[in-house]
Amino acid sequence: MMDVGRHPKVKLYTYSEVEKVSGYVGNFKVTIRKKAKYVDETLCNACGECAKVCPVVIPDEYQMGFSSRKAIYMQLPQAVPSTYVINMNNCLGNNPIACGKCVEVCEKKCINYDMQDELVEVEVGTVIVGTGLEVYDPTQLDEYGYTRFDNVITSLEFERLICAGGPTQGHFIRPTDHLTPKTIGFIQCVGSRSEKRGNPYCSNICCMNTVKDTVLLKDHYPDIEIKVFYMDIRAFGKGFEDLFKRSKEGGVKYIRGIPGDIEEDPETKNLLLTVENTTAGKIEKYNLDMVVLSIGYVPRFKNDPVQQLLTLSRTQDGFYMESHPKLKPIDAPTKGVFFAGVAESPKDIKDSVTQASAAAARAGIILSKNKLKVEAITSMVDKEMCTACEICYRACPFKCISVDREKKIPAEIIEAACAGCGTCGAECPFGAVTMRHFTDRQIISQIDAILDENPEEKVVVFACNWCSYAGGDMAGISRLQYPTSPRLIKTMCSGRVDEHFVLYAFQKGAPLVLVSGCHFADCHYIDANRWTQRRVERLWDKLEKKGIRPERLQLEWISAAEGQKFAKVMRRVDEMMRKVTKEEIEFTKQALSDLKPKGTKKVKVTAKAVA
Amino acid sequence: MKLSEVLSRGAEELRVGVFVCECGLNIAGSLDCEEVRKYAETLPDVKVAVLNKYTCADPGQNEIKKHVKEHNLNRVVVASCSPRMHEPTFRACIADVGLNPYLFEMVNLREHCSWVHLHDRKAATDKAKDMVKIGVARARFLEPQIEKEVPVTNKALVIGGGVAGIQAALDLADTGYQVYLVEKEPSIGGVMAQIDKTYPTMDCSI
Ligand SMILES: Cc1cc2nc3c(=O)[nH]c(=O)nc-3n(C[C@H](O)[C@H](O)[C@H](O)COP(=O)(O)OP(=O)(O)OC[C@H]3O[C@@H](n4cnc5c(N)ncnc54)[C@H](O)[C@@H]3O)c2cc1C
Ligand code: SF4
Ligand code: SF4
Ligand code: SF4
Repeated sequence: MMDVGRHPKVKLYTYSEVEKVSGYVGNFKVTIRKKAKYVDETLCNACGECAKVCPVVIPDEYQMGFSSRKAIYMQLPQAVPSTYVINMNNCLGNNPIACGKCVEVCEKKCINYDMQDELVEVEVGTVIVGTGLEVYDPTQLDEYGYTRFDNVITSLEFERLICAGGPTQGHFIRPTDHLTPKTIGFIQCVGSRSEKRGNPYCSNICCMNTVKDTVLLKDHYPDIEIKVFYMDIRAFGKGFEDLFKRSKEGGVKYIRGIPGDIEEDPETKNLLLTVENTTAGKIEKYNLDMVVLSIGYVPRFKNDPVQQLLTLSRTQDGFYMESHPKLKPIDAPTKGVFFAGVAESPKDIKDSVTQASAAAARAGIILSKNKLKVEAITSMVDKEMCTACEICYRACPFKCISVDREKKIPAEIIEAACAGCGTCGAECPFGAVTMRHFTDRQIISQIDAILDENPEEKVVVFACNWCSYAGGDMAGISRLQYPTSPRLIKTMCSGRVDEHFVLYAFQKGAPLVLVSGCHFADCHYIDANRWTQRRVERLWDKLEKKGIRPERLQLEWISAAEGQKFAKVMRRVDEMMRKVTKEEIEFTKQALSDLKPKGTKKVKVTAKAVA
Repeated sequence: MKLSEVLSRGAEELRVGVFVCECGLNIAGSLDCEEVRKYAETLPDVKVAVLNKYTCADPGQNEIKKHVKEHNLNRVVVASCSPRMHEPTFRACIADVGLNPYLFEMVNLREHCSWVHLHDRKAATDKAKDMVKIGVARARFLEPQIEKEVPVTNKALVIGGGVAGIQAALDLADTGYQVYLVEKEPSIGGVMAQIDKTYPTMDCSI
């Protein structure tokens, strides 16, 4: 902590938040709001005289409310920077008549009630996101009585109670009578690994944290009786099993079973815990002086400006989504943005630090260059055709299109940030967008080539570069045999597959069309394939209205590893193709005979299309 | 090369070269490559169609370069394996003889045809011909592309001053880059500053 405060190349902005980010990889412009501390940090020498006289007493967040702080305070004794701040929400007011006591005693004269928030602009080439997570709030698990029973605490509160720098100087006592407990229970997986309440995932750190806590307790108080209630103890890392062994050898009892209920004795404030011991297969009751809830990590949803500012997305768990779960775990899908620490997913300190160094190395690849080559396969807007409807902007997973519907400013692509998925091109109702290297003309010419001769014997398959096309490669590598009817057209992303391409293929006599892409979590363009899905659903409606069987348009998600699935899908579409009759194909051609390429007819943008 | 120059090259008469690869017996084993080559010659704007044993090997690449020069080709189609494997190889190959690397199209005869249709030579050959036709159709509309360059600001922003943010900031700063570290609380430290001792080594956290 000290090192980073002292480093000549690090400029610290504490009590600050990022307010605005514009630009793209290599060239971000960032606005930082430095909240007023009301204390000049260059002058403050942390003597603490001010806090002595401050009359406002409130619970200290750092000590988890076990002790109090003043309105003018230092967040923690070792704070970096080492300076006091006034929390204006707590302060009696900057009116000297109301209070002003701290100003009077401060010898360095560094307290200034008139201080204002400051906006600082910086330019950077890369951004590392290390905003952490929040811990689970177990209040909602009524059966454990957290907040109703004072002797039920969380594992984070435990840390403060056992810490020499904590409110009790490290004397571990229970909140109700300030005596060291003789018996203590730990409940694992609180808020984790439950489909019903809390979260389904494992929070990674809580098992070992409890093991650690038991060892700490046994070191301080060898006679204390400790019971740990668990489902599984996951001691999977280097040195972990040793520590677990040390805990058990120290006499800590591990009981398999998650307690169903805690009751409090109103007089002694002792706790009666009921658990089904799943090893013994019996209901057991334990009398305990104190219970620690081993809480898990949860994503920060509220107070998270960063997600929107950097166009980050989340995985199903709610953690920030990486560019690729296996091959690019440090990169955010937004180019030039990297993850460090638990913001990406729960992990311990070692893994957080490892990931942070990896993030620094990845960022260094960009920073070490004077110039950066950007993707050639980007989109382009014909401003004459653009109506500034903003549809492309909403579709773009990277939000790298600037356009203003109100001011009628046509769309412009921020090329350095464009990843080239082509979703904008497929969604633009006016044909104003051209995708470089995957132009409408190129794709239409491929469809023509497929359907020029014997169209009734072929399946038109749109396959995305990263997943379904690669799944086809995997089928080949595995020598999986399938019929010869499918003809692939590769696009970077299934998001590129325009409605027009599909309808055009049907008009040309295609019996069957397959659109295929990555599974949702695998999409290389954040969530562009959700637009694929919506578009295909729209097409199904359209086909149905025209009396064309919607089943003739198929949609499949196939990963790069799913060669088996690819081959199976090819067999299935071949079979389906064979069931499409000549009459059906003729009828379809007729029904779609008035089809015109985009940009050649007036499109009415309905409220629905915009909403 | 400037974009304008590149574009003017692209506006020339179309001259497509098709290079059909046998990949030893990997492709030639299950389809008739010579028939595919002959068929390619009949496709619009194709000026030359060549058969190679191993197109990606040096002799194969030299063959491409030779024909690009000899026939003044401005589009190249290689019908061989997956572009996921050798597209970079062939893009570099044609760039060597002055063609824009995006004027290249690859037809995946191996992974998407010969290997998955091992037992019907006639059907596999027909499909391969069709695939080359599709490749040439696309190649005729390919345009040169330029990978643009943007300048880089050699500074970094780190958001969050927990142990991870601190480590990332220090590493970057030690490498020599200016770092801005933004923390919303009055002090850096994050959760680790609240922890007493840390597993697995039971050392102090701060
Ligand atoms: C109870 C408990 C005990 C643990 N015990 C251990 C242990 O013994 N051993 C071990 O290895 N690991 C342990 N861990 C895990 C360890 O704490 C984490 O791995 C580590 O702290 C993660 O660091 P971080 O920097 O990623 O996140 P954090 O420490 O959470 O830091 C994130 C920082 O970002 C700041 N921030 C958030 N949003 C913004 C924003 N918008 N703008 C600016 N700043 C922002 C926060 O204020 C915070 O300072 C424990 C965790 C818990 C909860
Ligand atoms: S680390 Fe242990 S306690 Fe935490 S969620 Fe995973 S299994 Fe449960
Ligand atoms: S191609 Fe994709 S990333 Fe690029 S502007 Fe269009 S939607 Fe956005
Ligand atoms: S969707 Fe098309 S018309 Fe609408 S703003 Fe984007 S480019 Fe312009």
